Amino acid sequence: MRRRIISVLLENEAGALSRVVGLFAQRNYNIETLNVAPTDDETLSRLTLTTLATDEQVEQITKQLNKLIEVVKLANLTDGDHLERELMLIKLKATGPQRDEIKRTSDIFRAQVVDVTQNAYTIQLTGTSGKLDAFLRAMSDSTVLEMVRSGVSGLSRGEKVLSI
Amino acid sequence: MPARSVSEVDFIGFRIIQKFQVNKVEMLSGGDILIRSLQEEGVEHIFGYPGGAVLHIYDALFKQNRIQHILTRHEQGATHMADGYARSTGRPGVVFVTSGPGATNAITGIATAYMDSIPMVIVSGQAHTHLIGTDSFQETDMVGISRPVVKHSFLLKNAEEIPEAIKKAFYIATTGRKGPVVVDIPKDVTNPTDLFPFEYPETVSMRSYNPASKGHSGQIKKAVAMLLEAERPMIYSGGGVVQGNGSEDLTSLTRTLGFPITNTLMGLGAYPATDKQFLGMLGMHGTFEANNAMHHCDILLAIGARFDDRVTNAVSKFCPYAKIIHVDIDPASISKNVVADVPIVGPVEVVLKELCRLAEAGVAKRSEKQTAMLSEWWDQIEGWRRQDCLKIDVDEGSKVIKPQQVIEAVYKATKGEAYIASDVGQHQMFAALYYPFDQPRRWINSGGLGTMGFGLPAAMGVQTAFPDETVVCITGDGSIQMNIQELSTCAQYGLPIKIICINNRSLGMVRQWQDMQYEGRHSNSDLDSSPNFAKLVESYGHVGFSVTSIDDLDVVLEETFSLKNKLVFVDIAVDSNEHTYPMFVSPNGSMRDMWIKKGVRT
Repeated sequence: MRRRIISVLLENEAGALSRVVGLFAQRNYNIETLNVAPTDDETLSRLTLTTLATDEQVEQITKQLNKLIEVVKLANLTDGDHLERELMLIKLKATGPQRDEIKRTSDIFRAQVVDVTQNAYTIQLTGTSGKLDAFLRAMSDSTVLEMVRSGVSGLSRGEKVLSI
Repeated sequence: MPARSVSEVDFIGFRIIQKFQVNKVEMLSGGDILIRSLQEEGVEHIFGYPGGAVLHIYDALFKQNRIQHILTRHEQGATHMADGYARSTGRPGVVFVTSGPGATNAITGIATAYMDSIPMVIVSGQAHTHLIGTDSFQETDMVGISRPVVKHSFLLKNAEEIPEAIKKAFYIATTGRKGPVVVDIPKDVTNPTDLFPFEYPETVSMRSYNPASKGHSGQIKKAVAMLLEAERPMIYSGGGVVQGNGSEDLTSLTRTLGFPITNTLMGLGAYPATDKQFLGMLGMHGTFEANNAMHHCDILLAIGARFDDRVTNAVSKFCPYAKIIHVDIDPASISKNVVADVPIVGPVEVVLKELCRLAEAGVAKRSEKQTAMLSEWWDQIEGWRRQDCLKIDVDEGSKVIKPQQVIEAVYKATKGEAYIASDVGQHQMFAALYYPFDQPRRWINSGGLGTMGFGLPAAMGVQTAFPDETVVCITGDGSIQMNIQELSTCAQYGLPIKIICINNRSLGMVRQWQDMQYEGRHSNSDLDSSPNFAKLVESYGHVGFSVTSIDDLDVVLEETFSLKNKLVFVDIAVDSNEHTYPMFVSPNGSMRDMWIKKGVRT
């Protein structure tokens, strides 16, 4: 079982996303993260999902996804060199000496404080999922009030493209 | 009210055109656009059931006479009829249902078609656009509820989308790996007072849907080379060959190569079953010789089959000596359950033609050693065949009818030429084993989903398509009662189906498993209080016979099939303790591990 990043070009139509999500539920595949938005061509959405799967499973997953009528093209980004990024917004309790500590750690991770109140910081951080996890571990002594992660987005490195 | 004549309809159509003509484009309502689109697709029959959300559509249907609508007694019946129609003709079956319960009732039939890759287009009514999502009367999310069991679906939001959606629906349903497509239409979209220009697209192209049109020629060459080198070859073909119209080419390939062949439950008839190269059906209830030949072969050519768990038994023990060549239109079927050594994605008919061409050239050059190997392999197969695994055990002098004898008698009475629609259970397996099909599309059964209640409506679909052919429904006392209401539809449309009910007063297959795995505890598998079927069908205006003794069987069947224009229901009391054999030993058995008869295994 390895983590895979599958990138899908999908017709930007009502109901298309539900078919992708439904397929995973129906065929007992798991979705770790899922991220979707329209592309520069507004008739297409680009969807990135991560899943834990064996080689055989990921072959079936890509074949089954390809069978969906609204899937135009897809690529398994983890087959080659790729870029991946995830965005996290995290609201932390920041009072007393904690305020400085949180700011220092954020700087180390090149995170930005994007909102401040007397008692809380909201921090924005982008990077690989591993970097976001590391930041969370480093903040484990702080009180997390709430947080949200975008799920992974990715592209292949170099000149390889996924387009129609 | 009598149906209007063509000229009247044309006249009304003409007036409409005159009144609303804009740039020579016809102006029609959504309901009329739908019906016209279906006419353009060459649809001749629709199976359906009206209701609130499809009233506009039914009114549009009333105003024409090119398409005949068959009013069923339940939406499930309508879907199975369309399914049987599609299986027997190769043309897509079309269904109309209303929203809510009409749509949900259709789901079992849609799932049945989906599992067996049958082309169907289901038009369902939907609540008014402005009411969708408000839990309005007879509203259900049809696209959502059918999503896992359709090839694709459309929810239309305005009438102008109808022609293209219908064009796409038929294109998707009938190409690639075939399957059911749902078109969900809100009531306001078919409103008769809103008129739109109608133009039916001649072609359709979709950037995201391009099924393979031929196989990879390098892979095909490699496959033929392997086949010609084989010492113990085996051909295993499935429903894809029937659906993909590949029977003729499969037959010619098999004969050219001189190889043994087996068909799956879905693939019966793809190769003539009375031919000596045919080893019978394989799988859970397959023949001793077919399953053994599968287990021992060294090269397996799988065509239009999907290595279903009912075929392979334990996958880890499947074909331990074989290299596998797998031809299928659906890439996802290849290496799903069993890894293929030579995968070939393409339409079976096209790939088979190419295989034939190369094999014909190659066979002539086959060495003497190879010919000897093949004949040695046939000797081994003939040894398995001599076991005569389908021999019927009859108690000397007993009048009790064995279910297998019923199928043999039906075969005799119909000269093996009937369309046989089966229900699901023991009788289905007996029919598959004891009625050898020499032609494709004659054996109509629910293989993938195993839907009880499929047989009668499916037979009705076949009879609608082929009014002059002999159509038989082989059923049991359990299955027939799952859609028995359709006897009324048969009366309305004069469908002279012959229903052979193998009545064992129980749910035979459930009972068999309970005998074998639950020490004979028959938990809820006895069917007490079935009606007197012969009298019941008479009340519908049909003919009913009851048979209890083997002495009467042939005589009654002869009379049954002589009543060409009547639906005849033959209720045949059979031995209720009979089991279906051969049968895989499972779980964890290989294909050669079989029960041959009660208490006797390999």
